Amino acid sequence: MQKKSSPREAYGRVLAELGASCPELVVLDADLSPSTKTNEFAKCYPERFFDMGIAEQNMMGTAAGFALAGKIPCASTFAVFATGRAYDQVRNAIAYPGLNVKIIATHAGVSVGEDGASHQTIEDISLMRTLPNMTVIVPADAVETAQAVTAAVKMKGPVYIRLGRPAFPEILDQDYQFKIGKAVPLRHGSDAVIFSAGIMVSRALEAASLLAAEGIEIAVVNVSTIKPLDEETIIQMARKTRAVVTAEEHSIYGGLGSAVAEVLCENYPVPLERVGVMDRFGESGTPEQLLEVCGLTAKNIVAAVGRVIERSQT
Amino acid sequence: MAEADKQEIRDLEAKAQLIRRDIIEMLTEAGSGHPGGSLSSVEIVTALFFHVLRLQPEDPEWSERDRFILSKGHAAPLLYAALAERGFFPREELLTLRKLGTRLQGHPAKGQLPGVEASTGSLGQGLSMGLGTALAAKLDQRDYRVYVLLGDGECEEGQVWEAAMAAAHYKSDNLTAVLDYNGLQIDGAIDEVMSPLPFPEKWQAFGWAVRQVDGHDIPELIDAFNWAAGVKSQPAMIIAKTVKGKGVSFMEDVAGWHGNAPDAKQAAQALDEIGIIDV
Repeated sequence: MQKKSSPREAYGRVLAELGASCPELVVLDADLSPSTKTNEFAKCYPERFFDMGIAEQNMMGTAAGFALAGKIPCASTFAVFATGRAYDQVRNAIAYPGLNVKIIATHAGVSVGEDGASHQTIEDISLMRTLPNMTVIVPADAVETAQAVTAAVKMKGPVYIRLGRPAFPEILDQDYQFKIGKAVPLRHGSDAVIFSAGIMVSRALEAASLLAAEGIEIAVVNVSTIKPLDEETIIQMARKTRAVVTAEEHSIYGGLGSAVAEVLCENYPVPLERVGVMDRFGESGTPEQLLEVCGLTAKNIVAAVGRVIERSQT
Repeated sequence: MAEADKQEIRDLEAKAQLIRRDIIEMLTEAGSGHPGGSLSSVEIVTALFFHVLRLQPEDPEWSERDRFILSKGHAAPLLYAALAERGFFPREELLTLRKLGTRLQGHPAKGQLPGVEASTGSLGQGLSMGLGTALAAKLDQRDYRVYVLLGDGECEEGQVWEAAMAAAHYKSDNLTAVLDYNGLQIDGAIDEVMSPLPFPEKWQAFGWAVRQVDGHDIPELIDAFNWAAGVKSQPAMIIAKTVKGKGVSFMEDVAGWHGNAPDAKQAAQALDEIGIIDV
């Protein structure tokens, strides 16, 4: 079994660390701090932690007000509420004036598990990436989460970081270098390429190993910044392999799959298969069961690679 | 802030009429926009920009400035007129309102025009932003104050009450809200469309210190702002009873003038009625 660690715990840890070096950092939460792990920061810096209660719209507006006064606010809650419940506030109060607010949301995707569809956002990437000025990051594991949070706090402008609930397999080394806007190839191969994000990066690597056993060599790219998208790397890898699969724990509409399709259709059309949640809501179950029910397993990726290679050869 | 003497009151009243003229001229030139709620808030905004607010128009981002957030963003013509009259940008620019390429967007846009503190227009959001800025001031131990102007119909937005609850919870006594209680919204009287009344009891119940004033009486408004600055451990709400379309007879208390610009003939009559006060 691969070692796992929790991205949201990494978030809580790095946020508390940043509190020391970044006096302008303030943290807002909407009554979920033990879950989002902002409680680590709250313990260290109670005067800079603001629990806004179960009122996400006001939390986003208050975060905007902090940014207007020169603070660097991090607003955290579950991803479904951060992006859905408070969409108009994120759009008009934060993204439109390009305010320096960091929306760092946890419990994204179906891997929320037992809480069911009401708490499982599979449309948040779509909602956030259509907003001008917004940077959108989906870290692949705890190591990348810590680096992404630090980079987000250091850059100027609104950022959305999407984290999951469960522990993710550890796939990146401590010497991994995250850079906003840079897609990173993690495995090389010329038969096909998988562009993936979040929890699906580890599954893409697993699929690559399964395929390698059959003599098929595929490249795996971690596209952790969904916006601004690293178009150059995506086009380059598509050119090299001529067969593309995308894999994400998000609706096939509007997320990474859509973003990659947009770039390739306009620049270098090649056969493309999207692995993601089909046009459906989630449901209750264990995270693992739901990832399987929604078609988000290494086997699903292997099947998609098979289809896309066949298409690219005809 | 200081008390205002009689001469200053006369000057402020004259300034209010000048701003009313600006609003009519801007809206007529633009051919669209919101006269009713701009005209009802004229004295409130005049008292703030020309007596209450600590500002440096030549340094609009001065860190110690008082902040004014127009939560009822559709009254943008009023905000722009006050900013221009206060010297934040040239008055001639007022006639670019709502035109392509203008800094005077249909609703206020932060970062485009000096003196605009927040992007508003989607109703119900300004009080939250004011709260965030007020909390930041406390954190930094700065003594600037934050003022937010709300519409009465706007109080039908749930977010207003989320912010009201939070501001009282955090004892934000550097935050003052003014409620332009003109009684009308697009679809009619607020108590017939979706009553947010009674205002004093609701705001008090949410933990605010509340005072009611005549929103067209500048001395009363200044007195209320002085009172608000002295309130401790809770945010202050000034409920200002106003007349929608105030100062133009055919617009007064008519919901239909919420979002329609006057034509040239109507504008001429409006300007004639507003007149000019010699000081």
